[in-house]
Amino acid sequence: MSFRDWYRADRLPTIYCAGCGNGTVINCALHAVDTLGWRWEDTIFVSGIGCSSRAPGYIRTDSLHTTHGRALAFATGIKLARPELHVVVFTGDGDLAAIGGNHFIHACRRNVDMTVICMNNWIYGMTGGQGSPTTPRGAITTTTPYGSGEGVFDLSALAVAAGANHVARWTSYHVKELTNAIDAGLRTPGFSLIEVLTQCPTAYGRRNKLREVSDTIEYLKTHAILLQRYNRLVAEGKPVPEDMFTVGEFVRRNRPAMGVPP
Amino acid sequence: MSRVEFMQGNTACAEGALAAGCGFFAGYPITPSTEVAEHMAAKLPKRKGVFVQMEDEIASIAAVIGASWTGARAMTATSGPGFSLMMENLGYAVMTETPCVVVNIQRGGPSTGQPTLGAQGDMLQCRFGSHGDYSIIALSPSSVQEMFELTAKAFSLSERYRVPAFLMGDEIIGHMRERLTIPDSVEVAARRRLEPGTLPYTAGEDGIPGFPTFGQGYGVHVTGLTHDERGYPAATNPRLHEKLVMRLVHKVESARKEMADYVVTNPGAEQVFISYGAPARSVFQLLHDRPGEEIGHLRLRVVWPFPEFALGEFPDAKTFLVPEMNLGQVAREIQRHTDVPVIPVPRLGGDLHPPAMLAKALEASR
Ligand SMILES: Cc1ncc(C[n+]2csc(CCOP(=O)(O)OP(=O)(O)O)c2C)c(N)n1
Ligand code: SF4
Ligand SMILES: [Mg+2]
Repeated sequence: MSFRDWYRADRLPTIYCAGCGNGTVINCALHAVDTLGWRWEDTIFVSGIGCSSRAPGYIRTDSLHTTHGRALAFATGIKLARPELHVVVFTGDGDLAAIGGNHFIHACRRNVDMTVICMNNWIYGMTGGQGSPTTPRGAITTTTPYGSGEGVFDLSALAVAAGANHVARWTSYHVKELTNAIDAGLRTPGFSLIEVLTQCPTAYGRRNKLREVSDTIEYLKTHAILLQRYNRLVAEGKPVPEDMFTVGEFVRRNRPAMGVPP
Repeated sequence: MSRVEFMQGNTACAEGALAAGCGFFAGYPITPSTEVAEHMAAKLPKRKGVFVQMEDEIASIAAVIGASWTGARAMTATSGPGFSLMMENLGYAVMTETPCVVVNIQRGGPSTGQPTLGAQGDMLQCRFGSHGDYSIIALSPSSVQEMFELTAKAFSLSERYRVPAFLMGDEIIGHMRERLTIPDSVEVAARRRLEPGTLPYTAGEDGIPGFPTFGQGYGVHVTGLTHDERGYPAATNPRLHEKLVMRLVHKVESARKEMADYVVTNPGAEQVFISYGAPARSVFQLLHDRPGEEIGHLRLRVVWPFPEFALGEFPDAKTFLVPEMNLGQVAREIQRHTDVPVIPVPRLGGDLHPPAMLAKALEASR
């Protein structure tokens, strides 16, 4: 099979805006499951509500498009009831970290065997561009018209602290690395979070001097710093610009997990 | 051989679920329902079932729905505050036609209210609490035996009609201890499988589509959005939405007769008590204390969908007296279906109607 065969042909094209990063992320995820040799009959995609959460609707497996923020709780039920099924969740920064924040940390703590791919576009895309828990300080959204004054969640750090077995962050620019990270997530027993920084030209870029799709891609490319390099700079006492963000694998470990097939 | 036990109502509820083949329980502790979860936690793992304590009631009902899509008979148990939290996902279960059983051991509300005392204040919430139009099934036990029987029956109805079924108990019946006869086996209707080649949301004449269990190659998409017969979102098609909602309501309402479950006493009576749940016990006492009088009693074991035809079992009725541990939630429904005067007999505070209170209502209505 090819990753293309995992799509529901009769559901395309997607509802995504031109230049949206979500399509890239779905391609990478399907590439990873396909290369790993998973059967679509044994794989369940689950999601909450948001542009990112529409992804399972385009995939031919059994798929559960649930309520806003609750995808991980639904997925926990599926995985614990039938551990032999593979469970992959698509979610967004609002879905996972705002309304679903409690389910997020508890799914990490339980270390339920699933792979969670979060399209973090720093914004509520589907509802037209309101501030989210990852909206950068100062960013303009429809609910922060004078610039966001709130702090920001580091989703990956949160997952590491809460007990997930595997946590990685990449961007929609780093297609190869992202695909490999998802592959590692699928292979790791226990909870895996792949945070993907993604462009939303419509609801975020437009208001934040990233008007062209290529502006955000360029931003992701130039502001991502590999974890190892970041650690080296810090160890050497060298300065790291404040607007850089780390990418790479933050943790891969083998803590006791739930819902792992026997 | 059936076996006889002396048991608490909540434990009997859990035993009824186990007898009905419940294989998955997710819940969050809350008085006065916690014993249901505790019993499931003790028993399910020994039967290759799954028990999980979730982070809240929103997650509990979500996990139950997820498990149900893998084919498991799944249940949760809660009380007022937790029940309120479940409302959004209960609407999701209705829209996606997911079988699941929700036990509500009612306590006094609003808010945290009376955690340790009984009430029936959630009877309209279970019927209408989530947004949008829909119908559900609700059963109401009046004894420990019925905690067992009606929980098992809730599974049967939920599996058959693909709609959430509520066991609307209360603290009094939940914490009461009585004799319970546990039969050797309990029959539960099986979820009808989706015929291969049929679209997942194409319903037969009964309005109920076959169930495409996850992991069996159906490749089904399940969404809470308004969807077409393929299960695909079609949220902006007005007539399609109307048709879907009408089917969801109709599949339950058109089966009112099939689902109806009530007990009639003294059908020739002019004065008739209508009860469900704990207040039935006070009516029993009154009838017991006044053996010479012809006092009618209609006791509902299934409250929703409301069996309005049951009122016709009392052709000579001149008054319907409705004792409820709320301000008349089901009395309001009865009024919609009859010209006979309906007199609510509300009791708040957590304790049962004293039989003398019912006697007084009876005299006043003469
Ligand atoms: C309970 C509830 N509250 C609010 C909404 C409205 N809503 C839909 S999507 C969304 C935000 C989605 O943001 P995110 O998860 O970041 O996804 P994105 O669209 O950016 O991919 C909100 C608030 C809802 N559907 N349900
Ligand atoms: S609003 Fe943003 S996230 Fe949603 S489809 Fe458009 S570009 Fe993508
Ligand atoms: Mg977002």
